[in-house]
Amino acid sequence: MTAKKLARGVAVAGVGMSKFGVFSDKSSRDLFVEAYQELRKTVEKGLSPKDIEAFYLGNFSADQFEKQGHLAPIVASWIGISPVASARMEDACASGSVALRQAILAIASGQYDVVLVGGLEKMTDLPTAAVTDALASAADTLFEIPAGFTFPGFYATMATAYMDKYHADPDAFLRVAIKNHENGALNDKAQFNQTIKDVMAGKKAKAEQKGQPVPTWETEMDFLKDSKANPMIAWPLRLFDCSPVSDGAAAVLLVSEDVVSKYTDHPIYVAGIGQASDGALAERESLTEVPSAAKAAAQAYEMAGISPADIDFAEVHDCFTIAEIMASEDLGFFPRGEGWKVAMEGKTSRTGEHPINPSGGLKAKGHPVGASGVAQVVEVWKQLQGIAGARQLPGSLRYALTHNVGGTGQTTVVHIFEKRN
Amino acid sequence: MSDCKLETKTFFQAIENEVLIGSRCLSCGHISIPQRYICSRCHSTEAERLEFVGTGKLAAFTVIYVPATEMMKAGYDSKNPYMVGIVTLDEGPRISAQIVGMDLSDPAKIKIGTPLKMTVIERGPEEQRRKFLAFEPL
Repeated sequence: MTAKKLARGVAVAGVGMSKFGVFSDKSSRDLFVEAYQELRKTVEKGLSPKDIEAFYLGNFSADQFEKQGHLAPIVASWIGISPVASARMEDACASGSVALRQAILAIASGQYDVVLVGGLEKMTDLPTAAVTDALASAADTLFEIPAGFTFPGFYATMATAYMDKYHADPDAFLRVAIKNHENGALNDKAQFNQTIKDVMAGKKAKAEQKGQPVPTWETEMDFLKDSKANPMIAWPLRLFDCSPVSDGAAAVLLVSEDVVSKYTDHPIYVAGIGQASDGALAERESLTEVPSAAKAAAQAYEMAGISPADIDFAEVHDCFTIAEIMASEDLGFFPRGEGWKVAMEGKTSRTGEHPINPSGGLKAKGHPVGASGVAQVVEVWKQLQGIAGARQLPGSLRYALTHNVGGTGQTTVVHIFEKRN
Repeated sequence: MSDCKLETKTFFQAIENEVLIGSRCLSCGHISIPQRYICSRCHSTEAERLEFVGTGKLAAFTVIYVPATEMMKAGYDSKNPYMVGIVTLDEGPRISAQIVGMDLSDPAKIKIGTPLKMTVIERGPEEQRRKFLAFEPL
């Protein structure tokens, strides 16, 4: 299948996100109001809510997390945009990017000029075991979950295949965690607004305060390999290899090229889009990569007319550290089997040759699943506008890529954005 | 459809009898597990039920210390972890299953490629107790 160009140009005219974290006093709609309020402030020439023609909301499972189905019209009402057409999109952790993609296609079709895209999840009302079970429903509940799989278990399984095939050192996974926490420490919206060193210092101070023996870790690796401080979840993945359970919302305003000048003189254009699907993990031709990611990326690159080397930075779906390493290969930034080495060498840090997850990624920023794909666009917009503050990437930036995975790769959505001027 | 015994539930009925089944496409010969009505390679709807020999090799695995709820109910926890994996059957396709009878004290010593054979493991509270597919060292 060749990637046709969009029939009409689509641009991002504003973005917003709530703080990500654990908010026991807020419901999902409160979080979305926070994101939407921020979005309105970022639309350079202002947004009249009456201009919004449709609302596409990415949400995995408010049904399970909050016992609330039919979320889109409720959220639309809460931000005062009823009676616009409002629909919820669900493809597990890729729900946010799927909503974005459907909005892009709707604008490109000529049907709408102004569409609001949301991503939203409120996960922390449930106890952890119930959250694990809710997330497990994104896998094949007949043939995968009865084997005993959990989501960390799936990615750990891919990690053992990867380690075996490429003789990879699992220290590389921990390097991803260290890097993403370093970035998250510079993001005030992040759930973990702390470096691993900050986490260590906090735990030492707490032990001293309580008169308990103070841990003797010196380096981050000492801490990350301490089974008490960083317990094994699913071998070889430990707690700090896993993204957290989170609450959060994100919003993106998409407009057609025909009306963009009404909203901003600094639009970020959608340059390429891609999406692919796959069966259960065991059925795939390879366990050391995510085939749907490579396929989605190929579509997006073809549509944008660029190659992986043209991408200045990427926000990728690091639900687990191994996922970021595989993504760095699936997206073509590095050859197969090299992803773990470049993670060790720091090539994906903010100052490296291929910066990945300057926002802190899902790992440090948090992973309210339906919001994650939309929040990736929030970071892309901030970086391309040059307003990312302390974590602003160096140099002039033109192309950015987002990569959002559902399940173990039953869905992957890739978007490429371009700053044109 | 040449064989109407390919409904999803027939897989679990076969497991109760400790038999591992799938399907073979009568048009192109592609083997699927779980069984499929529609061939994922040639799209033919002519398929027959296939019984696997039940031997294979470990393709990938993990040892789980923080279990899913059902596995927690079955008695697993961080001190009593369990192994799950993906097994490449001798006939070619792969399947997910619990792996039993392995030494889990040091997962780094578990070798991908370890020869395995099919078994079943009973789990679940009394009234819902049923057999699940598992593999053990050959």
